[in-house]
Amino acid sequence: MIAKSLRITLAGLVAGAAGLAGQALAQTEIKPAIVYDAGGKFDKSFNEAVFNGAEKFRKETGVAFRDFEPTSEPQMEQALRRFARDGHSPIVAVGFSQASAIAKVAAEFPQIKFTLIDGASNLPNVQAVSFKEHEGSFLVGVAAAKASKTAKIGFVGGMDIPLIRRFACGYVLGAKSVSPSVEVFQNMTGSTREAWNDPVKGGELAKSQIDRGADVVYHAAGGTGIGVLRAAADAGKLGIGVDSNQNGLHPGKVLTSMLKRVDVAAYNSFKAARDGSWKGGSAVLGLKEEGVDWALDDNNKSLITPEIKAAVDQAKADIVSGKITVHDYISDSKCPG
Amino acid sequence: MDLQSLAVILDSALRLSVPLLCACLAGLWSEKSGVVDIGLEGKMLIAAFAAATGAHASGSALIGLMAGIGASVAFSLVHGFASISQRGNQIVSGVAINMLAAGLSAIVGNAWYGQGGRSPALEGQARFNDITLWGTETIAAVPVFGPLFREVVSGHALPAYLAFAAVPLTWFVLARTRFGLRLRAVGEKPAAVDTAGISVPLLRYAAVTICGVLCGIGGAYLAVAQAAAFLPNMTAGKGFIALAALIFAKWRAWPALGACLLFGLLDAGAIRLQGASLPVIGTVPVQAIQALPYVLTVILLAGFIGRAVPPAASGIPYVKER
Repeated sequence: MIAKSLRITLAGLVAGAAGLAGQALAQTEIKPAIVYDAGGKFDKSFNEAVFNGAEKFRKETGVAFRDFEPTSEPQMEQALRRFARDGHSPIVAVGFSQASAIAKVAAEFPQIKFTLIDGASNLPNVQAVSFKEHEGSFLVGVAAAKASKTAKIGFVGGMDIPLIRRFACGYVLGAKSVSPSVEVFQNMTGSTREAWNDPVKGGELAKSQIDRGADVVYHAAGGTGIGVLRAAADAGKLGIGVDSNQNGLHPGKVLTSMLKRVDVAAYNSFKAARDGSWKGGSAVLGLKEEGVDWALDDNNKSLITPEIKAAVDQAKADIVSGKITVHDYISDSKCPG
Repeated sequence: MDLQSLAVILDSALRLSVPLLCACLAGLWSEKSGVVDIGLEGKMLIAAFAAATGAHASGSALIGLMAGIGASVAFSLVHGFASISQRGNQIVSGVAINMLAAGLSAIVGNAWYGQGGRSPALEGQARFNDITLWGTETIAAVPVFGPLFREVVSGHALPAYLAFAAVPLTWFVLARTRFGLRLRAVGEKPAAVDTAGISVPLLRYAAVTICGVLCGIGGAYLAVAQAAAFLPNMTAGKGFIALAALIFAKWRAWPALGACLLFGLLDAGAIRLQGASLPVIGTVPVQAIQALPYVLTVILLAGFIGRAVPPAASGIPYVKER
């Protein structure tokens, strides 16, 4: 029944996946839900950003949402199926690891809307949103290289997957664009999903990079990154946050954060579904689409010198205008330079 | 490999081996008295949770440590009651402890702090900060040994030193004191101890209490020193690795230290060698390096340590003849 009422959409003419449906068409009653990734809802990073986007929607519209934190991979599919069976729609699935579960469940429930963050799909009822993390990482790479006094910087990734290598590659390219002699240490936390939630190991990796001379460490490791930022702050060095704005975790010790606007993706999905403008398909959001960015606020104002800001702004303008194309690791599984 | 990177690896190895060592010695005390304890993991976890909440609420890391020890001892006594007084199956009781701790810490944590089972990050005095040992700067002038001392031996948190101090203490008490000898006798042949007019349950309760204290130190180290917050399931199997180390060390204190340091070293090496280029072999894939500690564990346990014989009465509840 609810599924039917959802079908009374007035054809999503206005917005695509980025869905900025300004004109509120007939407002449909929706029952949104979220299934998080391994890092958990409060990882202060990737998943928490999705939660914040959904919370924003709830506060504005009063529409409550259900959510679920899976503790293992099979649970993701179960949770998606349960939400779908209960008539929840749209369902936001967070993280690449849910791609195969979405492919199965979305085919079973063609009338339910799914939004997959960080994945690809060609089903008509799936909206796949991915981000050009390499572009955002390029910017923080520029900032790191400019801020480093030792010309050595570090990167700690979560699970060793192409997506995280894309972060690393963009970061390296950004740093090398400032000075080709900058040395970048790269480490991955692990090759299983536990790698997203192991702050002790993240801290050890960051310490080992700092001991080798790194004075700025960027992480793309979800909950593991909390340990990375802490280790950097403890050692009196600088960390760089990811996904959410993490500048406030250790004010004055976090150089900046690479923002990945998954909050906007979740918010837009809910909003578009309510407005009736929701559409399946794929969207890739980069700097130009404001899907990724860098964070500058009161917490890191003192760390970002006018010189750093100028360099990052320049790089941003060049990427948006197309003057610089940041190499995407996923396109050929290689990182130049 | 230069001295600096060697020192860094050793330093990291020491940090990583502390929780293992605590749990391993805890298991040693318990099993020497004849109580098998596979609940080490759960006790460390509940201790980590209690320590983090205690430290957060009071703003003092020491109070956190006390809270951690208290929670762990309470769980130990539950295990003791089930397996000593009620003569229940010790494995079942241990598994129950593990499940109870994993569920309880996450649920209570979520209810209190609303952060998905996490505790708020501990700052300043609520955290165990690194201690610089007395005389470090004087010794640092000595070539080779000095810098190694400064990097490796000095600069750890209080519970780490407690853990290392527990090794000689455990050895001494178990090998040289009347209490220790009786405790070991209880684990080998409780009937003989009973005949001598000494209470078997009392000795076993004493052993599980000591076990609880050690697990408490290990858990507090994890939450209040190493991670500076509690995270759901943060022990991540360390209690079980400690059991492997215990078998590996054949239930003896000094070899237990060696086994735990070895596991810590392999872990630290895996972290440090990642992405580094080795002579002859070249760059080793991340996965191969990460599998190394487990592969070595299997190899070592499979054939290189000889026969490991547990205490004879280990796991068997003592029934007094009437």
